Amino acid sequence: MKPAERLKLPRQHMPEQPAEARARNFREVNLGLEDRAAINEALRCLQCRGAKCVGGCPVGVDIPGFLAALADNNLAEAARVLYAANVLPAITGRVCPQETQCEVSCVRGNKGEPVAVGYLERYVADWAARHWDQVCEAAPPTGRKVAIVGAGPAGLTCAGELARRGHAVTVFEALHKPGGVLVYGIPEFRLPKDIVEREVDKLRRLGVRIECNVVIGQTYTIGDLMGEEGFHAVFIANGAGLPVFQNIPGESLKGVYSANEYLTRVNLMEAYRFPESPTPVIAGRRVVVVGGGNTAMDAVRTARRLGAEEALLLYRRSRQEMPARAEEVKHAEEEGVRFTFLAAPVEVLGTPEGWVRAVRCIRMELGEPDASGRRRPVPVAGSEYEIPCDVVVVAIGTRSNPLLTQTTPELKLNRWGYIEVDEQGMTSIPGVFAGGDIVRGAATVILAMGDGKRAAAAIDRYLAARS
Amino acid sequence: MSAYPIRHARWLAPGVRCLIVEAPRVARRHRPGHFVIVRPVEGSERIPLTVAHADADAGTIMLVVQAVGATTRQLCDLEAGGEVRDVVGPLGRPTELERFGHVVLVGGGVGTAVIHPQAAALKKLGNKVSAVIGGRSRPYVILEEELGRICDAVYPCTDDGSHGFHGFVTARLARLIDEDPDPVRAVITAGPVPMMKAVAEVTRPAGIHTIASLNPIMVDGTGMCGGCRVQVGGKTLFACVDGPEFDAHRIDFDDLAGRLTAYRSQEQAALEHLRQAVGEGSCRLAGAVARATGDALGA
Ligand SMILES: Cc1cc2nc3c(=O)[nH]c(=O)nc-3n(C[C@H](O)[C@H](O)[C@H](O)COP(=O)(O)OP(=O)(O)OC[C@H]3O[C@@H](n4cnc5c(N)ncnc54)[C@H](O)[C@@H]3O)c2cc1C
Ligand SMILES: Cc1cc2nc3c(=O)[nH]c(=O)nc-3n(C[C@H](O)[C@H](O)[C@H](O)COP(=O)(O)OP(=O)(O)OC[C@H]3O[C@@H](n4cnc5c(N)ncnc54)[C@H](O)[C@@H]3O)c2cc1C
Ligand code: FES
Repeated sequence: MKPAERLKLPRQHMPEQPAEARARNFREVNLGLEDRAAINEALRCLQCRGAKCVGGCPVGVDIPGFLAALADNNLAEAARVLYAANVLPAITGRVCPQETQCEVSCVRGNKGEPVAVGYLERYVADWAARHWDQVCEAAPPTGRKVAIVGAGPAGLTCAGELARRGHAVTVFEALHKPGGVLVYGIPEFRLPKDIVEREVDKLRRLGVRIECNVVIGQTYTIGDLMGEEGFHAVFIANGAGLPVFQNIPGESLKGVYSANEYLTRVNLMEAYRFPESPTPVIAGRRVVVVGGGNTAMDAVRTARRLGAEEALLLYRRSRQEMPARAEEVKHAEEEGVRFTFLAAPVEVLGTPEGWVRAVRCIRMELGEPDASGRRRPVPVAGSEYEIPCDVVVVAIGTRSNPLLTQTTPELKLNRWGYIEVDEQGMTSIPGVFAGGDIVRGAATVILAMGDGKRAAAAIDRYLAARS
Repeated sequence: MSAYPIRHARWLAPGVRCLIVEAPRVARRHRPGHFVIVRPVEGSERIPLTVAHADADAGTIMLVVQAVGATTRQLCDLEAGGEVRDVVGPLGRPTELERFGHVVLVGGGVGTAVIHPQAAALKKLGNKVSAVIGGRSRPYVILEEELGRICDAVYPCTDDGSHGFHGFVTARLARLIDEDPDPVRAVITAGPVPMMKAVAEVTRPAGIHTIASLNPIMVDGTGMCGGCRVQVGGKTLFACVDGPEFDAHRIDFDDLAGRLTAYRSQEQAALEHLRQAVGEGSCRLAGAVARATGDALGA
């Protein structure tokens, strides 16, 4: 097809469950492109030389390469190219912030809309799941043992890369199920859990051992792993961890949740199927979620699905500053979520029996830019008002989890308690590497995966140098 | 994924089951004060339970479970030869034990299981150890014999006077503090929230160092969710990583008691659902549970 013809093709729309219906169920919102639509979308790629989109991808997927194969309807080749750089494309195709990574630098975005790289990544990965059992061969055993702490995207990616190279990999996971935020945080309606399970199964077939119910720092220390347990290297990927509360009055009231707790109850513990699943959650008729990131968006959309008549997102800055993925914001609005910008809670008010009855808020205005470059919200004196509600979900961030680091004093941390690493991803302890949220603070799935991949290469070199 | 085999199971009291479970990794690392999170069967809720005893050589841990709701009941239904789906731990910080002099352990109901591992450790450190343990009536006083073998003195108490001291553990503790020739230097307590609160009030005037083992509702047990948060000395702390033991004189017990009632109505529904699933007829525990639910730990 000639460039002029390609230029004429409009961006394809992602088929979705109708907003009315999906706001009341937990099934996936996006249904995936039809075959013809996917090929048309792939044809929109102009196959730029030195394509900028590739530079925007933290794991450097050859985007024009896989799109060219897809445009040719050669799905096996498209999958091969995609998987060469990204081992979890069915996941990243669904959760990456494409609008700030690959799609943002697509030349087609200059005049019109960028190529829908995320939709196509998902399309190829879902095709591969059905037709292409691409578990790659593991290299012959090297006799080296590597322990991975945490089965989130960073840990799983590192595990896969190391197993391919023939190392014996054991992943230790604190929860009863592997996946990290992919299973306890991101809801089913955005990332179906069977997709995560499928990827984990693939790793198992590659020879990766996954041992759940092991908390490193408690069950074993890093010292035990490198000592008695006989591992030659360790990759720490235990995620960000502890939820932050605002420390305002009323946060102990029944009905106040951290987003982590609210989402874990609903996702990992499947409280949305209560009582078939025995873990409860306080559903709430009027739910206020505090925050503006992906976590807040997931919580507020979950509240709608649990039956909230009113689900309100309260964000202290304005719409432009919201860090959530653009698609989530759009979906949330369609599902009837209400947004209140430039306001923050100052107190949670309760009934005499200790249940939430309202949040008292204060209005904000934007002042000078802060360290993050965004304009700092400043409270407007005397502007307090109440929002009646029965559930409040706090999604204002996390801080580093000290469980592992406090039992490993030799591990150098930065002043926020996150682990310091060198360019190789190695920590202050030789042979111990780290990556993902425990290094970066709360970041993204793809950055965590990128860390896992880089660390795997570095661990491989480290082990080779020592054998 | 492997489950955790049950070596022995027996009833300690009506509705209170003692399980010896194979969990070698937990057993090896266990220190008094640690707990585990378990899921009895696939799909269960995650609930925290204290490790009442650990045998590193045998690779086993002892759990003492009171059937108060759906999940504890599922656990109590398990038999030797069966298995627990998930056991993770040891979790929490171990108790800070030292040579205090005379230490009194105060246990109420299954709280007695919580203070059990401390007894031996305190004894080993050269303390004089007394245990004041309570129950509604004679059959509900647990581990008396076991504690008797370790402690210098054990004072059973029953609400109805059917065994030992007639009255609450707090009254017996107060008497011990007043009358024992060896001044009481430290108190460690575990049991229903109102009991722990009352213990703290008994020891407060004399400024006796008092530690309470808290039992908030938990989910992950690794500090990730904040569901277990408690107010201690005006600060919000996470019981699973900062505790579960805290200075009893600084704990806001009313806050904890309030939070423990958050799921009352759902708990009833879950129990009802489980009853229907297993069939009321086959459910030998139904009666015990119904009774226990009324005065659960913390209720
Ligand atoms: C609700 C929510 C929505 C999000 N949405 C998006 C999105 O749409 N797009 C996006 O790119 N990013 C999103 N993120 C961020 C993204 O999920 C994280 O950046 C990413 O998961 C970090 O990966 P990780 O492997 O470092 O850690 P995690 O995914 O946090 O995994 C860490 C794992 O380690 C385990 N662990 C912790 N401590 C221990 C220990 N001591 N021993 C053993 N195991 C341990 C944990 O149980 C967990 O399984 C979201 C985050 C949340 C919370
Ligand atoms: C660190 C820690 C150690 C514990 N150790 C033990 C132990 O060794 N043996 C034991 O039997 N129990 C122990 N508990 C309490 C135990 O976890 C609860 O009894 C259990 O979670 C109840 O679950 P359920 O589904 O059976 O009952 P639910 O249906 O959830 O609750 C039924 C009743 O129990 C109360 N309840 C619920 N959760 C708790 C809780 N966490 N603590 C107290 N009451 C609760 C409810 O208010 C309700 O009245 C411990 C709790 C913690 C936090
Ligand atoms: S139980 Fe989740 S943080 Fe303590």
